[in-house]
Amino acid sequence: MDLNFSAEDVAFREEVRAFIRDHYPAYLHDKIDEGEEMEKQDFLAWHKVLHAKGWIAPAWPVEYGGTGWTATQRYIWSEETARADCVRLMPFGLSMVGPVIYTFGTPEQKAKFLPRILSGEDWWCQGYSEPGSGSDLASLRTRAERFTGEDGKEYYRVNGQKTWTTMAQHADWGFFLVRTDPAAKMQEGISFLLIDMKTPGITVRPIITLGGEHEVNEVWLEDVIVPVENRVFHENKGWTCAKFLLAHERTGIAGVAASKRNVERIKQVARNTADGGDALLANPFFKRKIAELEVDLAALEYTELRTLAGESSGKGPGPESSLLKIKGTEIQQRLTELALEAAGTYGAPYFRSMGEGDNSFAVGPDSARRVAPVYFNMRKTSIYGGSNEIQRNIIAKMVLGL
Amino acid sequence: MDFNFTEEQTMLRDMLSRYLADTYDFDTRQKVVREGKGWNPAVWKAFAEELGILGASFSEAHGGLGGGAIENMVLMEEMGRAIVLEPYLSTVVIGGGALKHVGGAVADAVIPGIIAGTTRIAFAAYEPQGRFYLNDLTTTLKGGMLNGQKAVVESAAHATHLLVTARTGGAQRDAGGIALLLIPADAPGITRRDYLTVHGTSASEVYFENVAVGAEHVLRADALPLIEQIVDEATAAVCAEACGVLKVLHAQTLDYAKQRKQFGKAIGDFQVIQHRLVDMFMEVEQAVSMTMMATLKLDTPERSAAASMAKAKVGKAAKFVGQNAVQIHGGIGITQELAVGHYFKRATLIENLFGSVDFHLSRYEGIALAA
Repeated sequence: MDLNFSAEDVAFREEVRAFIRDHYPAYLHDKIDEGEEMEKQDFLAWHKVLHAKGWIAPAWPVEYGGTGWTATQRYIWSEETARADCVRLMPFGLSMVGPVIYTFGTPEQKAKFLPRILSGEDWWCQGYSEPGSGSDLASLRTRAERFTGEDGKEYYRVNGQKTWTTMAQHADWGFFLVRTDPAAKMQEGISFLLIDMKTPGITVRPIITLGGEHEVNEVWLEDVIVPVENRVFHENKGWTCAKFLLAHERTGIAGVAASKRNVERIKQVARNTADGGDALLANPFFKRKIAELEVDLAALEYTELRTLAGESSGKGPGPESSLLKIKGTEIQQRLTELALEAAGTYGAPYFRSMGEGDNSFAVGPDSARRVAPVYFNMRKTSIYGGSNEIQRNIIAKMVLGL
Repeated sequence: MDFNFTEEQTMLRDMLSRYLADTYDFDTRQKVVREGKGWNPAVWKAFAEELGILGASFSEAHGGLGGGAIENMVLMEEMGRAIVLEPYLSTVVIGGGALKHVGGAVADAVIPGIIAGTTRIAFAAYEPQGRFYLNDLTTTLKGGMLNGQKAVVESAAHATHLLVTARTGGAQRDAGGIALLLIPADAPGITRRDYLTVHGTSASEVYFENVAVGAEHVLRADALPLIEQIVDEATAAVCAEACGVLKVLHAQTLDYAKQRKQFGKAIGDFQVIQHRLVDMFMEVEQAVSMTMMATLKLDTPERSAAASMAKAKVGKAAKFVGQNAVQIHGGIGITQELAVGHYFKRATLIENLFGSVDFHLSRYEGIALAA
């Protein structure tokens, strides 16, 4: 047992720092500093830089385009990108459907989709939740009926409605859970389909969330025709892919490095914010909340490191990743509460995303600009990816045997 | 970075675990508690001679196995699993730790006796008015004479030596002017009031009245930094003990919830109980993570911040897991009959050992959160 970085790790960290310093798109820093919302081309700008370098998918196996980094190097990578305030990468291709395709897909599917996920050419969205199927995901009713087309090939005809589909307005492709056998028991009649979002019959309608953002959508599917070769894994065995994907999603969801960066940011704000003649960070009640948060964040970080050590010794992400999801999202939410509290009355003004260079309506400190929308937005974290209550059910069943 | 135990560390754990499973069952332990001495000398002898674990954290030059803090962590967790009464913490972790840091002739002279099981050390540092503050001392060493009182000194009644902190100069709470002494427990002028603790070990109020202390008994003259270091090490070790205690509390409660039937089904079938057990599980896992973190940082500049963070987290976990273990057991949980209540007692005492949750959060703030 040893927490020290080896000489190779230290050299790697320097290489990462230098790369970010020299190649991270500078205009993105300005957008973040000015409290601008990130848009599709912003996410892709950084994605393409990383793809060119070969660093876009550190978690993937080398044969599919991964970096072959050790767990420690991946830890360093996430630390350094968070430290440098790099925009996050969209997880739908890289962390969700990509691993499903290289694990369960056919050679043709791997050849077709994986390079375009890596390059950023395809933007993916996730068709899981339905209006009647939230926590009880396996009750989903979107129907896919198989038929033989006039060309003699096999197809599915898909009808139904998905919801909470993040960034579907930009998506080129979506991965969808659909019911292929309505007679089977709930989990057993589900298949995992890759659907071209330009297929006729797909309608995407925005849902505006509490912070004013257009992040999520309703997706309607009416007689959408999907070739059978776009099904991943066996018919009616899509739940296997779904569970695999959710476990993968949960580990990244902890967001330790980003939360560490956010604590530093809030501490800095609290040092510079006056509170009754002293700094807010000198207020014993505020300071105690920061201290408790840092303790809990350290506990999460070292729990994640133990989990990663287990994974690199051959165990995949297991039900323990539910712990990381619960504690990670609790901390992310507490951070937004503290940021809102630190902003004081300047949490109230509402700014629509402003055009480049236009800050004529700015009032209050920059640090307060988006804290309220972010606070409201981040309530999603304990709901998505399987609510934190569902995560407890998973641990109860899979770890505790209840 | 590496989070794996070595083969030797795993063997050490297995050896102690087997010994305790075979000889240190709950009924045997309670028999020792009822005898009122607070420890079983035969167990200590076995630790030294049969298992050889008392030397695990000492260098080979001193006759040990060449380990350190990780070995202490491994052993303390196993001792927590069996709520062991014997004074490994005070003798090996604290007394042995001080001697390792001081080194020299006194270490060469005393450590072999610790490893052999014949030398036992009690840590006489805290005082009635001083709460958790190691610098708040009214015990004085002046003109070669030691005078004062030490509070709740664990295992003093069966110690051969006392590791004592005393003020040689400065005001009551000054950081300077504090010496660390190692004196024979039977030196003239030392008296004790012995009693049992809530959890069954023995402890004492120790009084010094003109105890003659020579230069050879002074381990370090300006000792507060060293004292804080050995208490940080002890804090990490007691966190490891807590991990053992909490793992057993959780396992026993989980087992009980699967067996106990109410309303026609196991209480573990109720979601409210399931989620409580999951929350306890998460507290235990995080306590384990923080214990590792603090242990691995003992030799770094982050030592004190890490120890306080760990103790704050482990202290909260001890309360949450202990209280809920009793709650889920229901009435039987508040009796002396079941082991669970005794693990709860140990967990509760650990909450305040070397400082409460609030104490450690404040200490962390002082180190890391200057405005």
